[in-house]
Amino acid sequence: MTRLPIFSRSTEQALAGWPPPVLDPAGPFASSITVLSWVLFAIGGVILGLVLAALWVALAGPERLRSRLGGTRVIWLAGIALPVVVLTALLIYGLTLTSMLRTPTQPSDIRVRVTGEMWWWRVAYLDQTGRVAMTDANEIHIPVGRTVTVELQSSDVIHSFWVPRLSGKIDMVPGRRNVLRMQADAPGVYAGQCAEYCGGAHALMGFMVVAHRPDDYARLMAGRRRPAPVAGGEAARGAQLFQSNGCGACHRVAGTAANGLAGPDLSHVGSRRTLGAGILPNNRGTMIGWIGDPQSLKPGNRMPAYSMLPGRDLTAIAAYLETLR
Amino acid sequence: MLLLLLGGCKPPPEGRVALPGADLERGKLVMQQAGCAACHVIPGIAWPKGRLGPDLTGFARQGMIAGRVPNRPDVLTAFIRNAPAVAPGTTMPAMPLNPGEARDAAAYLLSLD
Ligand code: HEC
Ligand SMILES: [Cu+2]
Repeated sequence: MTRLPIFSRSTEQALAGWPPPVLDPAGPFASSITVLSWVLFAIGGVILGLVLAALWVALAGPERLRSRLGGTRVIWLAGIALPVVVLTALLIYGLTLTSMLRTPTQPSDIRVRVTGEMWWWRVAYLDQTGRVAMTDANEIHIPVGRTVTVELQSSDVIHSFWVPRLSGKIDMVPGRRNVLRMQADAPGVYAGQCAEYCGGAHALMGFMVVAHRPDDYARLMAGRRRPAPVAGGEAARGAQLFQSNGCGACHRVAGTAANGLAGPDLSHVGSRRTLGAGILPNNRGTMIGWIGDPQSLKPGNRMPAYSMLPGRDLTAIAAYLETLR
Repeated sequence: MLLLLLGGCKPPPEGRVALPGADLERGKLVMQQAGCAACHVIPGIAWPKGRLGPDLTGFARQGMIAGRVPNRPDVLTAFIRNAPAVAPGTTMPAMPLNPGEARDAAAYLLSLD
C-alpha cells in the first residue's frame, strides 16, 4: 500500500504559495467570503456564550432566574424566534454572496475554462466569444485587478476548484458547467487545490494561479502566441526522442506534430512553477524524475514510466521540455 | 562482495565529519525545496519517495558516489551541485543549489547511516 501524504505535503514541501492561507484574501471575491467567515465565527461565539450562561443559570444560578429560564417564554424566544431570525438573515447573506461569485460573464472579464482530470487541470484561455484562444495546464495566468470568469468542467469524476486567496470553492461536475469569478489585487503566486475527493492521488492535484501586472500579462500572452523557437543541440535530440517515444500521443506541444489530449498540454511546461500538477518544483532534476518514474511520485496517474530510457535520453527530453516556455 | 571491496575506499570516519559548521536541518530543507526526493528515497523526507535514482538510506556507509567517485564530503558537495561535471554521463543533472546549500545537503546525506 502506498501511503499518500495528505498532511505531510503542506508541512514539508516548500513551494511558493503553498499551503495557501485560507483567511488571508487577496482580492474582492475572497474578501467577501472571509468577512462571511468572521461573521459566522462571531455569531457562533456569541451563541456559545449565551448557551454557557444559560447552563450556568440552570446549574448554579439564583432561584428567580432559574424558574424564568424554564418557562415557555424563553423557549419561544431563544429556542424558536432567535434561530429563525439569525438563520434567515445568514441564508440571505450567504445566498447573495455566492450569487455574486457566479454572476454571468461581463464583457470586460477575462475568460478561462478549467477542466478537472484525474489528477491534473486542463486550462483553456477563451476569447470574448468563448472560443479557445490558447491551451495550457496546471497553471493559470491572470492580470491583477481584472475579474476572471472561470468556467469549470470535469471529464471524469467530481473535482472541486479552490484558490482560497482569490475566491470561493465550487465543484466541477461531469456534464455541467459551473462558473466562478475570481480576482487578484496584487501580483503573486496563489496556490489552488482540488477540494473534492477524486481518487487515490486527490491530495496530489494542485495548481498555481499567477497574477501579473497588466503589461507583464500582455507581454506573456503575446510571447506565447509566437511559435516556440526551434530547439538546438541536446534539446533538438530531446525533441526527436519526444516524438519517437510517443509522448505526443498524450501531450500537445503547440506548433509541432505532438497533439495528444490525454495528458497536460506541454507547450509552456518549461515556464511552469511546478510539475505534476502543483506537487514538485520544476527543474531539470524533477523533470527527469517525473518522466522516468511518474508512478512513484503520483501512484496510479495515467502517465506510464519511462525508466527504460537511458539517462542521457531522459536528460535530452528534459532539456527539450525546458525550452518550451 | 563488491560492496565490501568498495568499503576499502571509504574515508576514515573523521573524514566524514569534515564539513564543520554545516547545518543538517537546512540541508534537509534545501533538498525538499529542490525536489531531490523526486528521484531518491531520502530518510527524513516523508514525501515524495522517487525511485528513478538510488535509495539514499544509509548513504554515509556507502563507499562510492554513483559507483564512480569516492564518497568524500568535498566530492559529494561538488557532485550534488553539478553531478555531470564530477561523474560525466550520470543521469543526475546539475541542481539549482548554491555552494553553501550543497554543503549542508552533503552533510545531511553523510549523517544517514
Ligand atoms: C498514456 C499517455 C501519456 C504518455 C504516452 C506520456 N504522458 Fe506525460 N502525462 C500524462 C498524464 C495523464 C499526465 C498528468 C499526470 C497527473 O498529474 O495526473 C502527464 C504529465 C506529464 C508531465 C507533467 C506536466 C505538468 O504540467 O506538470 C510531463 C513533463 C510529461 N507528462 C512528459 C511526458 C514525456 C516526456 C513523455 C514521453 C517520454 C510522456 N509524458 C508520455 C500522460 C502521458
Ligand atoms: Cu480531487
